[in-house]
Amino acid sequence: MNEFAELVGNSGPVTVAGGKTRWHVGGDVHPEAREVRAPVGVVSYDPAEMTVRVNAGTSTTELTSVLAESGQRCALPERGGTVGGSLAVGENHVEVLGRGWLTTSVLQVTYISAEGKIVRGGGPTVKNVSGFDLPRLIVGSLGTLGLIGEVILRTNPIPPQSQWFESNDADPFSVTSQVLRPSAVLWNGASTRVLLEGHELDVAASLRSLSEIGAWNEVQGGFDLPKHRWSLTPTQLNTCTGTFVASVAVGTVWRDEPQPAHALPPSVIDISKRLKSNFDPTGRLNPGRSVF
Amino acid sequence: MTTSDEALLADLRRVLGDRVRADSAERALLRRDASVFEGGSAGPTCLCESTEEVQQVVQIALAHDRAIVPRGAGTGLAGGAIPLGSPVVVSLSRMNRILEVDTEARIAWVEPGVVNLDLTKYLTPLGYHFAPDPSSQQVCTIGGNVGNNSGGPHCLAYGVTNAHILAIEVVLADGGVVTLGGLNAEPAGYDLRGVFVGGEGMLGITTKVAVRITPNPPAVRTLLLSFDTPRDAATTVSAVIAAGIVPAAMEVMDQRITIAVENYVNVGYPRDAGAVLLAEVDGLPDGVEIDAKRIAEIGREHGATDVRQAQSDEERMLLWKGRKTAFGAVAQIAPNYYLHDTVVPRSKLADTLEEVYRIADEYDLAVVNVFHAGDGNLHPLLLFNGQEPGIYDRVHAAGAKIVEASLAAGGVLSGEHGIGVEKQPYMHQMFSDDDLDHQERLRHAFDPACRSNPGKVIPVGHSCADIQSLRATPEGVWG
Repeated sequence: MNEFAELVGNSGPVTVAGGKTRWHVGGDVHPEAREVRAPVGVVSYDPAEMTVRVNAGTSTTELTSVLAESGQRCALPERGGTVGGSLAVGENHVEVLGRGWLTTSVLQVTYISAEGKIVRGGGPTVKNVSGFDLPRLIVGSLGTLGLIGEVILRTNPIPPQSQWFESNDADPFSVTSQVLRPSAVLWNGASTRVLLEGHELDVAASLRSLSEIGAWNEVQGGFDLPKHRWSLTPTQLNTCTGTFVASVAVGTVWRDEPQPAHALPPSVIDISKRLKSNFDPTGRLNPGRSVF
Repeated sequence: MTTSDEALLADLRRVLGDRVRADSAERALLRRDASVFEGGSAGPTCLCESTEEVQQVVQIALAHDRAIVPRGAGTGLAGGAIPLGSPVVVSLSRMNRILEVDTEARIAWVEPGVVNLDLTKYLTPLGYHFAPDPSSQQVCTIGGNVGNNSGGPHCLAYGVTNAHILAIEVVLADGGVVTLGGLNAEPAGYDLRGVFVGGEGMLGITTKVAVRITPNPPAVRTLLLSFDTPRDAATTVSAVIAAGIVPAAMEVMDQRITIAVENYVNVGYPRDAGAVLLAEVDGLPDGVEIDAKRIAEIGREHGATDVRQAQSDEERMLLWKGRKTAFGAVAQIAPNYYLHDTVVPRSKLADTLEEVYRIADEYDLAVVNVFHAGDGNLHPLLLFNGQEPGIYDRVHAAGAKIVEASLAAGGVLSGEHGIGVEKQPYMHQMFSDDDLDHQERLRHAFDPACRSNPGKVIPVGHSCADIQSLRATPEGVWG
């Protein structure tokens, strides 16, 4: 982390790059910003604690593979890119119902401040309310408040059984009232794919319940996801048209075109501006990029 | 009463009439919460009934240059709700309506004064519940849960309060009203909702909350495992997690508290066990059978002398009643107790527990342990008689050692009670100056003048300038 802090320094515009898989999110970075990369590698991993300490520059593919060796997984999306990049963008896994929300999976975050200092928020344990929740603030902040260097993430056991099923006649909005805890319910306007996970007998029982609302065939995975994420309420999804994949009961929709920006309330913007100016008074962190 | 108090009271009464309380009994009562700490003098207490009233009270306090302290049920255990200086107390307990329940979207809008258990009771016939279940759930409020990011036994699988809050309407310290978060999947902007939860009333006052409601699982199995020693119980907990099982709850009680509970409510706990582990799994019927059987096996492999599975809902409720009344049962052993709250990595539970017993011995104090073992969340209760001269110094010193031992084991200051004034002096042991500086920058973004619940969480010397002028500093509130 010391090297990363030195790299970031304390003056001049700077941007951090991961895999650049979601480089478009939040707008273009000022071309003069110096590009840095966060440290790479899993720092420590104790499966029995269900936590992993990992450098932000680590690819999500590598992390996924390290965790899988011990029968575990985490809430980070598995769509390429790095751990830090995924957290900065704040993107949840498409199976968020089964994996948990990204923000609640980040236990501790260590970042480099605009002044080039190493700052730590949160704590290493699975439960912690010691002080204000800086990890929440940093996740999804697009590197505008601090550049993520290392995080401790909560992990979870990979369920004994994971199976995707597809139906062309079931009402996607009835799935969650038929089965207790589906790990994903995806709908593209024509068909519905559901991920059932757990003990083999539970998956079989859930499939029997699903059969009450339609005919289901096993498939190898969910849908291919278009590039852009839209954030809707779960009850708005039934208005989706065109090409899309919607995460039922969550509200995320993937589409080819970006979601039109909608203005945040002025009071939210006031607090956000104060945050930005308190954390990055000279505006040197990822200039040009905005969370609005 | 000073002249400024009279002018303040007059202004507040113009808005709230007789719902402004300022008599000496009320002020004395509100100097405390459920912790051992007491504050300065509570200013006028305003029993607000709407967001608009909260907003007006905050604006009046601002005009009179007075700080504000939000207050729910006052069940906090870290002194987070006690008044420092002479702030206006904004009581939310009368804002206790469940405004809307949408089972399709799995959301309920509630006012902050709704009692945690009342919400679950309301939702039960609909097939849902509110997952966070602090031990104080019969009296604590949702607004307080938001302020403290409260936990509870079932947060092991379901997550603490933050995982169950979607949107919060807040009255800021400058009197503005803002809604943080939203019902959509990933609200745009910084996660202001996420950071507000656990803000201990220092980021503003909660006036309305959208909570996620959780479907009741169709099957639940509750096991009571008996062990010769707390170490055996703790190692069983680690082994269950290591085996890839995440139970809904795993709670451990040592022998002394088990006997006290048994004397108090007679729920059938074994009096001869060195420790008991209450483990619960929920979900679909087949899966819970498999997990319950495996937990029993793991328990036996780690020294369980007896494994009992609740055979009926009544028996299950009885077993939980014992756990949930543990703190009440302590009153039989000693007139006073000081409940600590730290978290250690699960693998360090057994060692840290033994250290806690050693520390209590060193300070000649009795200690009992009842805790959320699955999360590594320790709750040692130091027992004492408050009338004994000098006892608070010993209790304080032993508590400090427990915190140090938890941090040395790779743990944190608090798992669910928060920092308040209690853990403020220890913040430097967990965080660097730069870490604390950034926590303060966060606080200033919400409340630049530090008017909302000043003097808490961030250690003195790191806090807003106005805190330096508070009449009661955290050092002075002990005992």
